[in-house]
Amino acid sequence: MAGRPERGAWAQASQPMLALLLRDIRLSIRAGGGALTGVIFFLAVIATIPFGVGPDLNLLARIGPAILWIAALLACLLGLDRLFQADREDGSLDLLVRGHDRHMLALTVLVKCLAHWAGSVLPLVVAAPLLGLFMNMEAAGIGATALTLLVGTPAITFIGAAGAAVAVALPRGGLLISVLVLPLTIPVLIFGVSASYGAVADPAPFLQPFLILAALTLFLAVLGPLAAALALRHGTD
Amino acid sequence: MMRLIAENLGGERGGETVFAGIGFALEKGEALVVTGPNGAGKSTLLRVIAGLLRAAEGRVQVEGGGEAFPTVAAAVHYLGHLNAMKTALSVAENLRFWRDFCGEPALGVDEALETVGLGGIGHLPFGYLSTGQRRRASIAKLLVSHRPIWLLDEPTAGLDKASEERFAGLMRGHLEEGGIIVAATHLPLGLEGAKALRMGEVG
Repeated sequence: MAGRPERGAWAQASQPMLALLLRDIRLSIRAGGGALTGVIFFLAVIATIPFGVGPDLNLLARIGPAILWIAALLACLLGLDRLFQADREDGSLDLLVRGHDRHMLALTVLVKCLAHWAGSVLPLVVAAPLLGLFMNMEAAGIGATALTLLVGTPAITFIGAAGAAVAVALPRGGLLISVLVLPLTIPVLIFGVSASYGAVADPAPFLQPFLILAALTLFLAVLGPLAAALALRHGTD
Repeated sequence: MMRLIAENLGGERGGETVFAGIGFALEKGEALVVTGPNGAGKSTLLRVIAGLLRAAEGRVQVEGGGEAFPTVAAAVHYLGHLNAMKTALSVAENLRFWRDFCGEPALGVDEALETVGLGGIGHLPFGYLSTGQRRRASIAKLLVSHRPIWLLDEPTAGLDKASEERFAGLMRGHLEEGGIIVAATHLPLGLEGAKALRMGEVG
């Protein structure tokens, strides 16, 4: 009984966020949403690597996790510039930022990040095992890489949100965002790849880098949206 | 007793002062129509009141908003010159989103569309609508969730005569219910007894 009012407050607080999540996911699926752009880019990069590297199957298997991670990282950055810009162009961003009195802006940003991740990045994670086959990776390596991508790619989106918020007013901010964000994503890449290698190469550990990767994601889930919210609050004009 | 008060308000854009020393106090049921030439700072004034831009000086506050509307930001609907609707989503989906996001639900989505004369087209993608229809759908956004203060930036741009009159009726209804309206416009809005603020004149 005592919990009921709290649940009411929770429902009241979560309904706008749920609505925002569903709207953004719906938008990414609809025509022009760009959910497929990242996957196709990912596919193009992985499919061309064997042609460039040559038919050395052992070499392909060895560099497989790193290539998958790098391609996924770049594919993640591809759609980031639209994260806030699309909302800015049609005026929605004003209303989203104005809502900060009812719901914390950082929370709004976090939800937008989650929707962006689910709409544009999750397809990459789903496609990764298939593309792992292109790289002649063994089952354990494929599983580990997909798992590290699942855990690590949200961190890229969270960092990217801060970059996207800073560059929201720039008409061609995509490149700037990539340049801003790429150095910050290097730790995620390092721990993601080393955990993937840890699963297949014997002396290297899997769990430690994997846990650090998870910690990075959790840390950036707080820091990224806070930084992005700050940038958006001061960037409106 | 709800009041919207602006004291000695100044706004700037890109470091340049656009206006200064604007002050007004609106009781519930009162409207303020802001007029002036292009570049006089009408939109900037509205954005400052809405809290989207920081005031260079002075302040805006709400008195007597109660628990639901303690601050200006919480008490305000802002209708900018952009419609804030997604072209890929249907009109009803757009409105349902803003209703859920803004909270304080008032009219239902179908009912609001009926009120602005767009009944029966809620299923169409917003991108299919004409300019005037888009504006009307955007106006329906004011109706789906309740806010006592409406800030309207050129609300009737692109509307035809009949829609303008219907919108004037909506505004009068809002005022009669104890709302407050601040509108920046070039066109007469059909609000009798509204206070007037003319910007961009020396003195």
